Amino acid sequence: MTATQAGEARAGVEVRLEDLRRSYAGVTALDGLSLTLAPGELVALLGPSGCGKTTAMRLVAGLEEANSGRVMFGGRDVTGLPANKRDVGMVFQAYSLFPHMAAWENVAFGLQIRHVATGERKQRALDMLELVGLGKYANRYPSQLSGGQQQRVALARALAIRPQVLLLDEPLSALDAKVRSRLRDEIRRVQLEVGITTLFVTHDQEEALAIADRVGVMQSGRLEQLGPPTEIYSRPATPFVADFVGLTNRMRGDVGGGAIKIRGASIPLVHPDVPDGPAIALVRPEAVSLVTDGEIEEGPLVGTVIAVVFLGAVSRVTVDLGDATVLAQMQTSAASQTPAGTKVRLAFRNDPVLIQREEQAAPASA
Amino acid sequence: MNRSRRIKLQVFRSAVFLVMGVFFLVPIAAMFEFSTRGNSVTAPRTMEAWTNIIKTPDLVDAIIASLELAAITSIAMLVLLLPTMVWVRLRLPRLNRIVEFICLLPLTIPAIALVVGLFPISRWMRINISDSILMLSFFYLILVMPYSYRALDAGLAAIDIKTLSEAARSLGAGWGTVMLRVIVPNMSSAILNACLLSVAVVLGEYTFANLLTYENLQVAIAYVGLVSAGTSIAVAVASLLFAFVLLMVLSFVGRPRERMARAEETIVAPESRILPLRDSYIGVQK
Ligand SMILES: Nc1ncnc2c1ncn2[C@@H]1O[C@H](COP(=O)(O)OP(=O)(O)OP(=O)(O)O)[C@@H](O)[C@H]1O
Ligand SMILES: [Mg+2]
Repeated sequence: MTATQAGEARAGVEVRLEDLRRSYAGVTALDGLSLTLAPGELVALLGPSGCGKTTAMRLVAGLEEANSGRVMFGGRDVTGLPANKRDVGMVFQAYSLFPHMAAWENVAFGLQIRHVATGERKQRALDMLELVGLGKYANRYPSQLSGGQQQRVALARALAIRPQVLLLDEPLSALDAKVRSRLRDEIRRVQLEVGITTLFVTHDQEEALAIADRVGVMQSGRLEQLGPPTEIYSRPATPFVADFVGLTNRMRGDVGGGAIKIRGASIPLVHPDVPDGPAIALVRPEAVSLVTDGEIEEGPLVGTVIAVVFLGAVSRVTVDLGDATVLAQMQTSAASQTPAGTKVRLAFRNDPVLIQREEQAAPASA
Repeated sequence: MNRSRRIKLQVFRSAVFLVMGVFFLVPIAAMFEFSTRGNSVTAPRTMEAWTNIIKTPDLVDAIIASLELAAITSIAMLVLLLPTMVWVRLRLPRLNRIVEFICLLPLTIPAIALVVGLFPISRWMRINISDSILMLSFFYLILVMPYSYRALDAGLAAIDIKTLSEAARSLGAGWGTVMLRVIVPNMSSAILNACLLSVAVVLGEYTFANLLTYENLQVAIAYVGLVSAGTSIAVAVASLLFAFVLLMVLSFVGRPRERMARAEETIVAPESRILPLRDSYIGVQK
């Protein structure tokens, strides 16, 4: 049998979270979360610590009960089902392999509970381990596996029962950056291969954008925005999303006629129908470019490069405008033309931006 | 340098082992020597005191009763304490302090006070349920609770029962399966310790049995000692040896797997930590 056959699950089912609410002794962890995952889709829930991501996942898994709201798998209401009857596969943030079982026994555990015959059980466990690339480690005990390998065994274990839904709660957060991005890609590969509907929780925006079909950004127990990664990044619906996903420059300006004027430059707005007046524009660093050619005369958009941070293919340049600093991101080759001390003029890409009124602006971090 | 340090450590270890061995074995050897003495100074060595053990029916009965009590108490302790402690940790963490307090309480009350307090219950049970000496296990359960609680608590603290049980449940396991297949195997040594402590407490218990007029091992030893000091010492040595052997047997039988896994780990681990991710990744890509 090949790995692909081993991973064959029931075709993914639609998963619906309807107006889920949950509070703990006065703390509202979930405040009316609604979310629908299409069959076979991978949705990443992204949000700051304490925003209710884990709670949402535990409600789907049945490890926690909702105060109100419903969870539906493929049109079937599972809200009242206990965790062991829900048929979900779960990978936890903490290492959760059973220490007294070898890798393959861990994977076979769920099959044993489903009374799969011994021979088939072992075969399926080995196939699953093969699928996650650990075929050779079947007889290792968890203490003999690295963190990344343990999480892969946990993934195999979750998938072995051919669950309707796969839930991943920050499965990579205990791993170092390199293993992390590799394993992230591998999870995605396996998920696509198996075609299982998956909810992936993370507080790492890069991870969410890289892996998901759609990203849901959460704040204080609510879904702030749900959309494909590119949309989340380039068309954030709210200042919170803009801030949380990617870096943002906050620049003062004046709204007028569906655009905002910043230091003489005019940028269109995402939501043009807003009243005129002073506001803060949220401008992505990569929407800012630096003009160096020709004579640079003094002006509101002219400043001095004070720092260049090399990030690999791209670099981030900090420009001091006197009364403000602005981040610009560009190809490293372009950034090398403007070492610290260079006088530059800023130019903005004509991409629509979000604005924020002064009174809202205070609490969020820049 | 390294070598001499290792030798020093070895010497130190042996010395400690020797001193402790002498400390434990000399009294037992002396007891054994005493129990094999004849009736006069010049009399030859005799095993009469030892053979007396089997020839005294009361003593045999008491030994059997105490062993039964030890078994019943250990099992009852596990059945009562383990699920309770797991449940409290998982579901009612706020009650943890209270449960701990209740379990440790018998330690702070003198046995004599406990007996007096429990006497009416004992009398009621004797009249209404049974007069068997095995009823003592009810009281012994209370006596062993503090020790067993501590042992089990240490075992529970060593594993992440919340995550493990949630993982098992999401894989379809009911609570019974979670207990028997996930939690118990991972705290086998803690359970063993709790049982050993229970057995030791029960085999050594005198006050309760005597005051409630049951004849368990220690009470029987005391009676026999009135008639034949040699026999009572022989029984005492035998019960010490029994406890010792039990301890050895349990600790070897109970954890072969753990030991195996560890041994394997020391051999396999170094290479496995460096290579696996990379080569298996390539393997998957094909
Ligand atoms: N068992 C609990 N008892 C009390 N409060 C809880 C409990 N579980 C969660 N909370 C609270 O609910 C809120 C949401 O928690 P949750 O674990 O869902 O956050 P999260 O988004 O997963 O955060 P993180 O990224 O740090 O894991 C937090 O304010 C948390 O303090
Ligand atoms: Mg969390």
